[in-house]
Formats: sequence, structure tokens, C-alpha cells
Amino acid sequence: MAESYRRSQWSNGLFVLPYLAVFLVLLVFPLVWGAWLSLHKVDLFGPGRFVGLANYGRVLADPVFLQALRNTVVFVLVSVPSLVALGLFLALALNKTTRATSFLRALFFSSSVLSVTIVTLIWRFVFIPGDGLLAVISEQLGIAPVNFLSTSGWSLFSVGVATVWWCLGLPMMLFLAALQQIPSDLYEAAALDNAGPWRVLTRVTLPSIARTIMLVTIIQIVMQFQLFGQAQLMTNGGPNGTSRPLVMYIYEVGFVRWDVGKAAAASEFLFLIILVAAMAQYLVSTRKSEVSE
Amino acid sequence: MSQDQTTYRPEGLTANRTLLTISIILSIVMMAPVAWLVGLSIKDNKELMLGTESVFAFPYTLVNYLNILYSSQAFGWFFNSLVVAVGQTIGVLVLSSLAGYAFARLEFPFRRTIFVIVLFGLAVPEQAVIIARHQMFNWFGLHNSYLGLILPDLSSAFGVFLMTQFFRAIPREIDEAALLDNASPLRIFWKVLLPLTLPAQATLGIFTFLHAWNDYWWPLISATKKEMFTLTIGIASSQTNFAQSEGLGFLSAQAVFASLPVLIVYVIFQRHIVTAVSGGAVK
Repeated sequence: MAESYRRSQWSNGLFVLPYLAVFLVLLVFPLVWGAWLSLHKVDLFGPGRFVGLANYGRVLADPVFLQALRNTVVFVLVSVPSLVALGLFLALALNKTTRATSFLRALFFSSSVLSVTIVTLIWRFVFIPGDGLLAVISEQLGIAPVNFLSTSGWSLFSVGVATVWWCLGLPMMLFLAALQQIPSDLYEAAALDNAGPWRVLTRVTLPSIARTIMLVTIIQIVMQFQLFGQAQLMTNGGPNGTSRPLVMYIYEVGFVRWDVGKAAAASEFLFLIILVAAMAQYLVSTRKSEVSE
Repeated sequence: MSQDQTTYRPEGLTANRTLLTISIILSIVMMAPVAWLVGLSIKDNKELMLGTESVFAFPYTLVNYLNILYSSQAFGWFFNSLVVAVGQTIGVLVLSSLAGYAFARLEFPFRRTIFVIVLFGLAVPEQAVIIARHQMFNWFGLHNSYLGLILPDLSSAFGVFLMTQFFRAIPREIDEAALLDNASPLRIFWKVLLPLTLPAQATLGIFTFLHAWNDYWWPLISATKKEMFTLTIGIASSQTNFAQSEGLGFLSAQAVFASLPVLIVYVIFQRHIVTAVSGGAVK
């Protein structure tokens, strides 16, 4: 029996078979089927007529899609740098292990384990006009209250605030892990040179974690491009679609208006964007391991 | 302690103290919305109707939490979430352990090719497959069923990837010893290696559980009947007809109730969760 352990045998593949079956049926097939659907005029019950790239044309000509694309890009451009900067700041501040820092780390990460529905409920209670926490505070201070969730400009911003609050824990933890990898002799050398804290930060710490900063940025781009629940539950994309993200567009076209072919085409666009980011992530992370070897 | 270090240190310390102070202020800002939610949850709904600034004054009450007990719906959703999350966790652990063991230890035809294809699956976002999946589940009548809610995420490659790494990290000498006893691959897996992966099982298991418990997209489109809602979807559905029907206090209490299991799991298994989440992100 022992030889079968080292020699290549079909029977050994049986261990992989259960997962492989699920993988093929529930991931590979839908991926191919989705691309196939995007080339057809479809209703709820299956593909109808082959229409070539017409669905893609319809998506690109749809002002609602273009608005959603623009919203998503703006959202990513604002939320990702905020998450990276705040995460990095917290990691630098909490990089020593004391009781206080461990507690604060746990606290800043705790929001990440909540579901999107709880997060949006919490933030709606902050933002709602009249009864919300901000409305109550601005009333006390005598400031005119803003109707955050239904004023264009503010609505996407409010969604962003809730998102940063929700997602902050992961960048912080990834930066902390990277900071702990920095060899201590680098700091000792800096101390011998009498380098001040700012110099240590810019000459030692940041260059040592440059790849992690890159990696965290890409991970967050991938995640924030998939914005959906926060916008759907807090603003429902409004007012006038100014806070509708791409995924919500796909959801509305596919599952509210049941224009399945068009939704499939739109989701292929999103897939493409995420695939490019994922490739970039792969390249950065493999280059990192080459350096450490 | 050299002289250089003592001259360097005080500066470093003040910098650290400033950073720590700012983080403490940030943590208070971060917790304020949560405190507000908890505050709302212990106020009477009628009093809140007159103005929510009453949160800052007595009397407080637990009546909203008691009302959850009478609302059979929230408990039904809680039960659905539990079935789905536990089912998915068990499924992922079984599939990933078997596949991870084979990828890490055994030889079989096309092993490398299959592994690379599976890794490619990590890059596929849910949105790219969700429309086709929804149709497939329609064909088989799987919507509004536990199986329909559990199945999709069993295809996630993350668990396989994680378990392969864990099996690889076990020293080879351990199975060599078992090989001398003429043990079969299945026996080595079950008797020798699997017990060693328990910490890894915990990490992957907790990660999967949280992920399933919090999932929003798929249950939203698959569970359309109210009695098949998971807690996440149920809370979302009661949010849409806000304030008027059930009151801010009740909704807040429901949200606190829904997040308690997750927060308890988090407090107990914090280390595992951080490992899994960071590992999952970096892949």
C-alpha cells in the first residue's frame, strides 16, 4: 500500500474529486454559462435568441450604467486611500503589544465581523434626519442639519463613511503583520544614527512595508469595487442614482427588471475590472516572496 | 543601554504617546454609533417617537428585547442562519480537508494543472457567476431551501488553498513513520494527519461560519420567502419599512440581538479570525 503514497495513482485523485465536482458545477459552469447568457436575449427561463454583442452595446449605451460606473470609480478613489491611510496610521500607533493596544486593535477590528445589514442599520440611525445621532448633535450645536442620505453628494459620502468604519480592521491587521516582519537591527541602526521618529518612519518603516501598502491597496480596490449592500440599504442608490454602484446596477437589471442578458453583460465588465486587479495582486504578492527567499 | 539610545528614546516615546492618544479618540468616535444603537435599543418606542434625544435620559427599559422573544420571526431567521452557517462550515471543512491533503501529499495525474485551475477560482468574484447560478438553482427548484443557501459557497477555493498550506506545513517524517506500518493514504489522512490540523480546522471553520452568517447577496436573491430569510436578510427587510411600523427601539434591539452571536464568536476566537481573514486577503 505504501507505494501508492508516492507513486502517481488515479485512486489518489479521489480525495480531490468531491471538491472538484462542486467547483466545476457551481463555479466553472456558471462562469461559462454567464458569458453565454451575455450573448443572448434571455428571460427568466433560459436563453432565447443569440444576439452577439448586442447586450454589451446596450449596457455601454445605458446612461444608468455609465453613472453607476462613475459612482463606483469615485467611491473607490475616495474610500480606498482613506482605508489605507487610516489602517496604516492605526497599525503604526498600535504596533507595541501592551494591554491598551491589544484592546484597541480588537476594538478597531470588531466592526469587520458584523454583517452589512447591521452596519447599515447603525449608520442609518446616525444619518437619518431629525432622529439621527448627527441630527441630534447638530441641533444641540445650533447647526443646520444636513439630510445626509437623500442629498446628492452627501449620500455616496455617507455610504463611504459606513464602509470605512466597517472595513478598517483588515488593512490595520495586514499592516501590523507587516510591521512585525521588519528586522529590529534596522531600527537599532537608525537609533545609532540618532534618527528622529519622522526620519525612522520615512527612511526605515515605510520603505520596508512598501509592498504591503501596494498589496493592501489592491485588495481594497477589489473589495470596494464590489460595493453593494451599504448603498442598497442606506440610500437605495439615490437620490437620482447618484449613489448607485455597479453591483447594484447588475442586481436591478438582473433581478428586479429580469433583463438577464444585459445583467450578464454588465457583470462581465465588472469581472474584467476585478480580474485585472487580481492579476496585479498576484504579481505583487509573488514578487514579494521572491525577495524574501 | 547606550547613551545614543537614551537620547533617542524620549522623543520616540512622546511620538508614541501622541499616536496612542489619537487612536483612543478615534476609537471613541468609532464606538459612538454603536453606543447610540444600544442606547436606542433600551428606550421605549413611544418615547423615541417624541424625539431621540431622550436616549440621554432615564427611564431605560428592556421591553424591546422582550418583544424579540414574542416575535417568532426573528427566532425563525436566527434558526435559518444557524442551519445555513453550520451546514456550510461542515461542507467546506470536509471538502477542503480532503482536497488539501491530496494536493499537499499525494501524487495523481494532472495534480499541478488541477491545483492551478482551482487557484484561478480565487480570482472569480461572485458577481461574475451569480446570474447563471440563479438560473441553475431555478432549474433544480433549489431557491428558498437550506440546500440552495448552503451550496454556492462550497465552491469557494479559499478553503482548499488554506488547507493545502496547512497540510504542507506538517513535517513529512510524520507520514513516513506511518508508511512503515503499511498504512493506506486514507488511513494516514484520518488517523495521523487530520488530528494535527485541528487548529487549522478551527481557523477555517470560524471564518466560514462568519462569512455564511453575514452573507447578503446570495440569500437576498435566493431566499425570497419570508420564512426562509436568514437573519441578515430579515434585518434588512425590517429596515426598509423603518420607524413607522416597529419603532427605532425595537429595530435597534433586533440589531443588537443579531450581532451578539457573531461578537461572542469574535471575542472567543479572535486570534483564529484575524489569522483567517488576513490569510484570506493575501492568499
